Amino acid sequence: MEHYNMNLTLKVWRQKNSDTKGHFETFKVGDISSEMSFLEMFDVLNERLVSENKEPVAFDHDCREGICGACSMYIDGEPHGPWAKTTTCQLHMRAFKDGDTIVVEPWRSKAFPVIKDLMVDRSAFDRIIQAGGFVSVNTGNAVDANSLPIVRYKAEEAFNSAACIGCGACVAACKNGSAMLFVGAKVSQLAMLPQGDPERTTRVLNMVAQMDKEGFGNCSNTYACEAECPKGISVANIARLNHEYLRAGLCSEEGDL
Amino acid sequence: MLKQPQIFLLMKWGNFFSTTIGKKSMVAASGIFLILFLVVHAGINACIFLNDGGETFNTVASFMSHNWIMRFLELGLFVVLIAHFVQAMIIERKNRAARPVKYHFSQPNKNSKWYSRYMAIFGILILLFLIMHLSQFFIGTKEALYFEGDPYHDLYGEMQEVFSHGWIVALYLVGLIALFWHLLQGFQSAFHTLGLSHKKYAPIIKMMGTWYSVIIILLFALMPLSMYFGWIS
Amino acid sequence: MRKTFLTTEKYYSMSLNAKIPEGNINQKWENYKGHVKLVNTANKRKIEIVVIGTGLAGASAAATLGELGYKVKAFCFQDSPRRAHSIAAQGGINAAKNYQNDGDSVYRLFYDTVKGGDYRSREANVYRLAEVSANIIDQCVAQGVPFAREYGGLLSNRSFGGVQVQRTFYAAGQTGQQLLLGAYSALERQVALGNVTMYSRHEMLDIVVVDGKARGIIARDLVSGKLERHFGHAVLLCSGGYGNVFYLSTNAMGSNVTAAWKAHKKGAYFANPCYTQIHPTCIPLSGDHQSKLTLMSESLRNDGRIWVPKQKDDPRKGIDIPEDERDYYLERRYPAFGNLVPRDVASRAAKERCDAGYGVGTTKMAVYLDFADAIQRYGHIEAGKHGIHNPSSEEVIKMGREVVAEKYGNLFEMYEKITGENPYERPMRIYPAVHYTMGGLWVDYELQTSVPGLYALGEANFSDHGANRLGASALMQGLADGYFVIPYTVGNYLAGEIGTVPIPTSHEAFEKAENEVSARIEKLMSIKGTESVESFHKRLGKILWNKCGMARNEQGLKEAIEEVRALREEFWNNVRIPGDINSFNNELDKAGRVADFMELGELMCLDALDRKESCGAHFREESQTPDGEAKRDDSHFSYVAAWEFKGGNNWELHKEDLVFDEIHLTQRSYK
Repeated sequence: MEHYNMNLTLKVWRQKNSDTKGHFETFKVGDISSEMSFLEMFDVLNERLVSENKEPVAFDHDCREGICGACSMYIDGEPHGPWAKTTTCQLHMRAFKDGDTIVVEPWRSKAFPVIKDLMVDRSAFDRIIQAGGFVSVNTGNAVDANSLPIVRYKAEEAFNSAACIGCGACVAACKNGSAMLFVGAKVSQLAMLPQGDPERTTRVLNMVAQMDKEGFGNCSNTYACEAECPKGISVANIARLNHEYLRAGLCSEEGDL
Repeated sequence: MLKQPQIFLLMKWGNFFSTTIGKKSMVAASGIFLILFLVVHAGINACIFLNDGGETFNTVASFMSHNWIMRFLELGLFVVLIAHFVQAMIIERKNRAARPVKYHFSQPNKNSKWYSRYMAIFGILILLFLIMHLSQFFIGTKEALYFEGDPYHDLYGEMQEVFSHGWIVALYLVGLIALFWHLLQGFQSAFHTLGLSHKKYAPIIKMMGTWYSVIIILLFALMPLSMYFGWIS
Repeated sequence: MRKTFLTTEKYYSMSLNAKIPEGNINQKWENYKGHVKLVNTANKRKIEIVVIGTGLAGASAAATLGELGYKVKAFCFQDSPRRAHSIAAQGGINAAKNYQNDGDSVYRLFYDTVKGGDYRSREANVYRLAEVSANIIDQCVAQGVPFAREYGGLLSNRSFGGVQVQRTFYAAGQTGQQLLLGAYSALERQVALGNVTMYSRHEMLDIVVVDGKARGIIARDLVSGKLERHFGHAVLLCSGGYGNVFYLSTNAMGSNVTAAWKAHKKGAYFANPCYTQIHPTCIPLSGDHQSKLTLMSESLRNDGRIWVPKQKDDPRKGIDIPEDERDYYLERRYPAFGNLVPRDVASRAAKERCDAGYGVGTTKMAVYLDFADAIQRYGHIEAGKHGIHNPSSEEVIKMGREVVAEKYGNLFEMYEKITGENPYERPMRIYPAVHYTMGGLWVDYELQTSVPGLYALGEANFSDHGANRLGASALMQGLADGYFVIPYTVGNYLAGEIGTVPIPTSHEAFEKAENEVSARIEKLMSIKGTESVESFHKRLGKILWNKCGMARNEQGLKEAIEEVRALREEFWNNVRIPGDINSFNNELDKAGRVADFMELGELMCLDALDRKESCGAHFREESQTPDGEAKRDDSHFSYVAAWEFKGGNNWELHKEDLVFDEIHLTQRSYK
């Protein structure tokens, strides 16, 4: 791969905190190598801002390997930028060319308030998991792992759902700010495994109730979430979430009257 | 002992429909009912293509407006239509509220089909179209039935009269185009919302949805066009 | 007993007491559990425990202690406990299940781990780890962790470096993620039940010690910048390793030593800080802008062959170099284990070749990892399976690539994303990178540090991996500590604390600790120098990588100590931190962490200087065989070096003699 250097114009959202209004700030950055990752380009910008005694741009990031789910930029009109199945930290500057203007915004969702600049508060996802995204098994209660064979296909499908990194790109991409891909992935994973069966009914109902409470929108099947998901989580998970909800709400007799 | 996390009150119907998924499932179920209705509607209207001066068509239309089962179903149709629209609008409002600050630069075409994002807009256009459509054909029929002593009603003739105006034909085409996109997205979407996604059947449903939308809309569009251009007499 | 680094070897106190239970190695844990003091349910409700970090160790500990009924407060600096860096572990988790019927047992896992650690770990701890390993898999499966399975529906295993059995459980290349999400879900369940209070985007900045016991922490809310005081009857540090001291490592950007270092400065001994693992298969550095290195699973060495050109500074592309001009140096030097030698051996061999001028790529600091042979081999096997007798070379390559893609597809994709090169067509370039730290806070058998009531779990402690960690053992240790060890051992301490009423956070010890933290933050902000935190961190990393990295010698280490001290001095006079204290300020957060790394850096060099032998990941150039292999010195260095902070640049060395009752010490050989 040939390397090249480029000069870019960045339009970056700046917002002091959740109480203030934000605005765009334009930066020119030069000598950006095509080998850099997108966040390394931001590192370069921030180094310069520090040297100019200005506040660097705040953004969430941690593992920089595309697995922790911390990074969360809306780059050039798409969550995590132009590459498919790629987190912001794995997006490389090869995706851009000399002279490009890149617009960078935070995730925008009522349920993800902006903390500062490009950082948002995604604790709503934690609260949805608290509502039911678990198997109630205390430590020490488990039986031998091989006592319950699981159809390989189902185990693989459960894994595909479980691969969600909780970054929130699905919410950011969805025109309705819906979290149904995130919720669907967790509900599906546990619904497909026998371990999740005892709480199957309560799990989906509680998680959906919490999802609504957080202010996320509803799915209108545009499937933008799947297209933008850095882990390629399938919208089949949303169908399964719907299925689980209908099953729990219409077929189950469990619960209080 | 440990307290348990909140348990949703499952059995209450109100609770079931209070969530966005509950509401959306109603939109989907009503949508499928409406899809079926369109088949009947298009089938009956296609009788005009028999080119028998509207005789068969008027007979069937008369049957539809006199048979009590059909009249009962018609009532159901309105309930379903209103439920479909109202629930969809309630969800749409919540969806819009979910993003109070809009993106300043967004490229949604990179991740979704444009028409999939405009269901609500198409829905409103279709509703406006329906108001026109019903005032042209439905209200007159009912007036005749209830207030004018139920004379022989030449619906075919009415159609010919209405579709002789170019601008009405144009409005019909606009309404039908909105309906086409609405159906193209809505058909498979409804099944997805009802939790039916299967590796073997989902592609079939999708294909059926496409063919259905094309055929139904072509059939409907041919009616005003063929009358306006005199392809049938 | 104050002294500087040069005199440490003369003075050390008596061997530390690790409180290892009596009995045969296979009865120690049983005996311990049978006689440990318990806290009854009603009393548990009155006891508060602070847990720092929510990786595998922290999340599993917080969840399990919550289940038991303790009042738990858990802290993480990330925005959610699910993002702790355990999530990035790829390969797998070991467990002595013997599902493959290939001769595995608790004893064999124990033996492999002690040997892999080059005989520098504590036997009793490692045996316990092997014993509980099987329960971990059961627990995780019960939580819904989707491990890989065979067609019969049973769990699948693979093999990893340095062992002869298949005992590694895995979930594609995302085992750490799946295990962490399991522990995270258990943790969130306890949050929902009210047993655990979660404080995310919080950083622990000091331990509060009252009457010699750990009684709480000072934490900073990273969003508001406010300092908070939290009481705990006990404090658990599960804050991970310190690999980021090298600036470039495979750790997450936020991974830091601060929590462990604050504990160290409050009296907890720091053990074996010089044991830092350098992982052989990472994507090499591409330029100076780079902030982080990416690891690719060790499993690649199952099929990939590692080589460099025989000719120095060979300008040709890898694919253009003919077979007889390639030096498969691992196969040449270690014919028995070949490309599957343990991590430390593989890393050093790569460094040796690059230092000698045989490196490849633009930086010349890389070696090739080549799958062309594997593609041919698998291609022919596939052709055979399909009954194709004379396959064309295109057919072979096509089928071979499909097999390789199935096995390593996600890793290849990642490589291509980062480097822009297609690894199916041309050999990958790899180079070793800092990956894991075996050193950490000294703990006894109960995982208690030298400060009563203060515990260290997972990578934050030093206990189980000796001088080198085997693949797929870190996940095992983190979860063993959190799920199965700490619930018993912390109870033993807390049973004596049921009468302790929670100390109000207005207590003078809290007051004093908070004032110290606050003063330090203000000091940092007031420097208003000219150089960024990042730049200091980079410079620190370079010193340590060059002089306390894959190979160390006395002169270099002494120089490094002086350089680190000078850098620290410069840092405290010239660092520039924009922004303010009372809002989110990542530069300030980083500054505090880098300041701690600078102090740790000195101790690492000091420890490396003290340990004149080569063992595991610690390679002293003075201690090697004529053919360049590491030479251990059991008669002088069979101990754990536990350093006590004595203020300023002074540390006192305490030695815990390692006693091997079960395992006979031999020089490791992979030839």
